[in-house]
Amino acid sequence: MKIVSKWIIMLVLLTFVAGMVVGCGGSQTQTPAPAQSEGETASSEPIKIGVNYELSGAVATYGSHTANAIQLAVDEINAAGGVLGGRQLQAIVLDNKSENAEALSVATRLIADEQVVAHLGPATTGNTLAVVPVAMEYKVPVLTTSATSPDVTVDPQTGQTREYIFRTCFIDPPQAIVGADFMYNVLGLRNVAIYYDNGNDYSKGLYRVFKEEFTKLGGTVVAEEGYVDADQEFRPTLTKFRDSGAEGVYVPGYYQKVALIISQAKEIGLDVPFVGADGWDSPDLVEIAGADNLNNTFFTNNYYSQDDSPKVQDFVKAYTDRFGSAPDSFAALGYDDAYLLADAIERAGAADPEAIKNALAATKDFEAVTGTMSFDEQHNPVKEIAIIEMVDGQQVLKTKIAPK
Amino acid sequence: MKAMRLRNNLIIAVCLAVLYFGIAYAMKQRMLSSFHQVNLYLMGINIIMAVSLNLIVGFTGQLALGHAGFMAIGAYVSAVMTLKLGQPFLLAVLVGSLATGVVGVLIGLPPLRLRGDYLAIATLGFGEIIRGLLININYVGGAAGMNGIPKLTTWTWLFIFTVATVLLIKNFINSSHGRACIAIRENEIAADAMGINTTFYKVLAFSIGAFFAGLAGALYAHYFFLIQPQTFTILKSFDALVMVVFGGLGSLTGSIIAAVAITVVNAALQSLGALRMVIYALLLVVVMVFRPQGLMGTKEFTLRTLLRQKGGSGLHDYRKQVD
Repeated sequence: MKIVSKWIIMLVLLTFVAGMVVGCGGSQTQTPAPAQSEGETASSEPIKIGVNYELSGAVATYGSHTANAIQLAVDEINAAGGVLGGRQLQAIVLDNKSENAEALSVATRLIADEQVVAHLGPATTGNTLAVVPVAMEYKVPVLTTSATSPDVTVDPQTGQTREYIFRTCFIDPPQAIVGADFMYNVLGLRNVAIYYDNGNDYSKGLYRVFKEEFTKLGGTVVAEEGYVDADQEFRPTLTKFRDSGAEGVYVPGYYQKVALIISQAKEIGLDVPFVGADGWDSPDLVEIAGADNLNNTFFTNNYYSQDDSPKVQDFVKAYTDRFGSAPDSFAALGYDDAYLLADAIERAGAADPEAIKNALAATKDFEAVTGTMSFDEQHNPVKEIAIIEMVDGQQVLKTKIAPK
Repeated sequence: MKAMRLRNNLIIAVCLAVLYFGIAYAMKQRMLSSFHQVNLYLMGINIIMAVSLNLIVGFTGQLALGHAGFMAIGAYVSAVMTLKLGQPFLLAVLVGSLATGVVGVLIGLPPLRLRGDYLAIATLGFGEIIRGLLININYVGGAAGMNGIPKLTTWTWLFIFTVATVLLIKNFINSSHGRACIAIRENEIAADAMGINTTFYKVLAFSIGAFFAGLAGALYAHYFFLIQPQTFTILKSFDALVMVVFGGLGSLTGSIIAAVAITVVNAALQSLGALRMVIYALLLVVVMVFRPQGLMGTKEFTLRTLLRQKGGSGLHDYRKQVD
């Protein structure tokens, strides 16, 4: 037995060593390749793009849906003849475990070792912030999909736009502005309550902007309360909202809690419109809250999967055929990310990070699944925001509003 | 015997110097890619985490599940020192570590006066409380955390702190205080009967472990420049615990080997996506099935083993000395 177990240790150690050789060897053999390709400009070698996403860990669903859609888009682009007159795109997909340190490690590997011409991802603000200095140091453009904090593209200390960082999602303030506009002008509400997630910057940010905007329009916020992650019981607060005479409630949270809040509101007879933001977008919202309870609720979102435009329908069909489920906004943004990059490489005329960065910054009226977009000076996309209404458990497009 | 020990120490010192200058040279000549450098820093930080947790769990026998919480305190205190108060790096690291050590005493004192698994529950809660507090303190950035911490952890500092951690903990274990801790692990009642102040030694080991976890946190903050409450979840504590168990409860060299191996495996599996955690878990299961005592058990890998010098089988076994 003792001898057997000794052999097993040897085997495990060998696996480690093999892992080391594979892990290091892989990047070592590939390092010289880009150096050669730099010399011959009109080469037919594939163009390497880095894909750094959360494929495991806390927000693995965001990352894997986005990475799936990126792979889909890259395959489509390659099948259609690639970019720059026939060069193929090669997506190098690595997992960052939804951790900051790991995201930095992956970005370093992609940018410094693999020498990618552009870096896509990650999905969350924290992980993207960890990537930013690497991109700035090596001067390689980063195109994130769903990192919504303003700090990602603008340095909060200097107020300067970070030259190499772009994103395809809208940031939080326009969402709250459109939400307030919608509640005041479209639904015609004057007195609303706000229920936000106190442990979450996304939610707190939306709450602040919404309150400011709604008051500016002439409405009154009659009640406001925060909840925390561990809360399961929302009835006392909701009763307070009911008694305060709120005609509508703004809930800028994530779908797990939102679903509980809405179903408990219906239980206590608070039958007013609920409005939220893109954190609501999940099939689980209907699962948890129930289709009936969700009638008369709305949320702002990046895109609408039932849009009849052929671009959206082709994407939805291709994604559903390949991955077996309908694409969410993360997937739609990932798909747009890859196409926008291909477009920028084409416009730059070369697979060169600096030229691609300039082309990205000059993006104007790019036709994407999530709407026609242009970049503003802070590298945020300017595009219309969709307002989705839940009707018997189905998402229906209510209207589209451009933030003012 | 004394001459031999001197010679062995000299050999170790030479090996360390070669390692330090070798890697410093490789970095300067750009022989070591940036990606390998990132993992080198992670290795150092992981070694400090694993070795300091091993002192608590492996040598003193007290299960603690809040190591990430201590790491967070060290990271935040030192980051506040450099980023907000403009203090030098060394002072920031020391203050961060000391603050963590003090918190370790405060957290450890109530549950460690009792026998049993109370510490595990208390530290589990402590880790979450720290995270909850950090989310709600706007001075340190709330849920968004602190960004733009100066990158002051250099290879020299990392090397010095890692070696110092291992040396200090090794010497502590070999001292009479360390023997007292091992006695508590082996049999607390017997240790008590022998006149060992069990509460004192348990709290001592616990706060020393906390001190070094704070050090790891300070080094982490000043290399990865971004710290957020969500970085220091219970999973981070488990990562450290996995390294300790994987390397062997009560083996410092085991912890070092495990920290290095797990960092390397983690980096090598980056390209596997969702499969990554499955393979990682499978590896751990295989080791635990065939090697329940961990890679090294309670044995240490010493120079004596390598040179086959006097001292029986060569492997240094703390348990034997206690018996």
